[in-house]
Amino acid sequence: MSTRRYLISKVLQAILTLAFVLAFNFFLFRAVGDPVTQLLRGHSGISAQAVLQLQRQLGLDLPLPQQFVHYVKETFEGHLGYSYFYNLPVSQVIAGRIWPTILLIGLSTLASTALGIWIGIRQGWRRGSKYDQGMLAFTLFTYSMPEFWFGLLIIMAFAVGVGPFPALFPTGGYETTGAGYTGMAHVVDVLNHMVLPFFVLTLSYLGEYSLIMRSSLLETLGEDFIITARAKGVRENRVLYGHAVPNALLPTMTVTILQLGFVLSGVITIELIFNWPGLGLLTATSVDARDFPVLQGLFLLFSASVIVANLVADLLYSYLDPRVRAA
Amino acid sequence: MSLLSVHDLFVNYRTQGGPVPAVRGVDIEIGTGEVLGLAGESGCGKSTIAGALLRLLPTGTEVTGSILLNGEDVLGMRPGRLRAVRWTETSIVFQGAMHALNPVQRVGEQIEEAILIHHQAGEREAHVRVGGLLEQVGLPPRRIKDYPHELSGGQKQRVMIAMALACNPSLIIADEPTTALDVMVQAQVLKLLKELQRDLGLAMLFITHDLSVLIEVCDRLAIMYAGRIVEEGPAQSVFYESAHPYTRALADAFPAIGEGRFRKAPSGLPGDPPYPQDLPGGCTFHPRCPLAFEACPHIDPRLFDVGPGWRAACLLVDSAKPVLEAARTPGSGP
Repeated sequence: MSTRRYLISKVLQAILTLAFVLAFNFFLFRAVGDPVTQLLRGHSGISAQAVLQLQRQLGLDLPLPQQFVHYVKETFEGHLGYSYFYNLPVSQVIAGRIWPTILLIGLSTLASTALGIWIGIRQGWRRGSKYDQGMLAFTLFTYSMPEFWFGLLIIMAFAVGVGPFPALFPTGGYETTGAGYTGMAHVVDVLNHMVLPFFVLTLSYLGEYSLIMRSSLLETLGEDFIITARAKGVRENRVLYGHAVPNALLPTMTVTILQLGFVLSGVITIELIFNWPGLGLLTATSVDARDFPVLQGLFLLFSASVIVANLVADLLYSYLDPRVRAA
Repeated sequence: MSLLSVHDLFVNYRTQGGPVPAVRGVDIEIGTGEVLGLAGESGCGKSTIAGALLRLLPTGTEVTGSILLNGEDVLGMRPGRLRAVRWTETSIVFQGAMHALNPVQRVGEQIEEAILIHHQAGEREAHVRVGGLLEQVGLPPRRIKDYPHELSGGQKQRVMIAMALACNPSLIIADEPTTALDVMVQAQVLKLLKELQRDLGLAMLFITHDLSVLIEVCDRLAIMYAGRIVEEGPAQSVFYESAHPYTRALADAFPAIGEGRFRKAPSGLPGDPPYPQDLPGGCTFHPRCPLAFEACPHIDPRLFDVGPGWRAACLLVDSAKPVLEAARTPGSGP
């Protein structure tokens, strides 16, 4: 199959998956119960008249197929409905939260990837060394520790201040409320708020990448073409970075790109304990408030980003690995 | 002075179960333009020798003895000197059909790399030379741009050969260069190697388990068993008049069509080669040897002269020539 046909088939697959998600999303939120009942739970003494009016207002009096057509049409026009809780268009609610998530989760994913790959390469290259053993213990520990628990400890130590530790950083939030910083001061303020959650996330994800990179490199170093390179008189450094790493990176790249697809869905636990106003926190509060339109919009966005990341991983893989291009 | 002179080579692999003696005292001499065949079953240590010559064995492997390449001791070389010697004085034709080529690099670049790191040419000139090398091994120069997976097994093997020629070495180690290729391709690759060897006056150490391949290419033959050379001599003599029972068993395993002595059913050799960690006492071959007698489990035979430049490590060669002669007559063999 030619490269072009490979690309086209991958794009078509992605579109098909997206269409399925769109439909599934619609029925999922109708399966959880009548929205009006959900919405009015806890409110007593509401007249049947008012219920009917609310149903009409939400477009729920129409037959299901018609609702579906309406939903698809609206989605394509960028209208994701109206938030019950915020009384704002869902797209607007999401747009206000998307940037903090991209900033925090995106940056920490990139940082943990870069750092993890670098650590993994050095570990694999000197297998069994003190560095390898130490790093293995360290990354396995950080990888297996629950990030919310670690986050709480960090807050206690560096934001509240325990014993010898001074309270260095804010306990949470995205910026100092009411300070009205602008320009550079605003940037510094946000970064100051971001230090702790960024640190927690980067450390928590580090192990995943370093472990994959390490084992992938170890496997590659056992391949015959590494001996060929050495026999040719290639320097050790070039054996590593010219021959071993380009091959060993492939599995790690796939994991990284797929992981980037989950950036948007944020990390609910971390956003919660650091009160970081991102999409993860929005998901949590919307579940509490039974704000189904927002959840529906979020689910669609999360699915779409995962699907797109998958597509990017496929395309990138075909660029990096000549064997995939031909297969 | 020989081009390659290996003396008393010992190789111990370090494993979790203790050291594994893969090569136990091997001497090899190869003169300019000479082709030595090295044969034996899997695990006899023949590929370990190939790795030891350019010090390509895993770190921690213990290699002792001396390896003189153009009179220079390879085992004593500093890393920089070793890198410079690799590929320029001796190159290796690996079993290219499998994984000896980097899958994510174009084959042209892989050949070019060898030329460039040894500063044998500038980038443009190297590029031209790679095209020439590919032609020399019977591949169209446009294959420069191909990735290994786009080539057949035979083509990959040709690329390996072109790569080995890239820096004009005087000695080429061919480590199972025809294994894993189908028979027709095997013959083509063999023919190519033979022609190149003759035209370029290359010395060659040809390693394989297939004796019938060696007899076509080699001047001399060395047969290995359990980490040692058990017979060595002129190719024709060793193959057709094998002095060591093991050599004879190997030769019989590849019957030549139309030759009288193979008329009787091709005889296989019963049993498996011993584990290097657990070698039998005396002659290591005695548990499998059809001609073993009382002394064999007790005496470890050295290489005895059989004829001019022809030696074999078998007690029968030394003490009881008549016994060997008797064993050779039809009917009394296994």
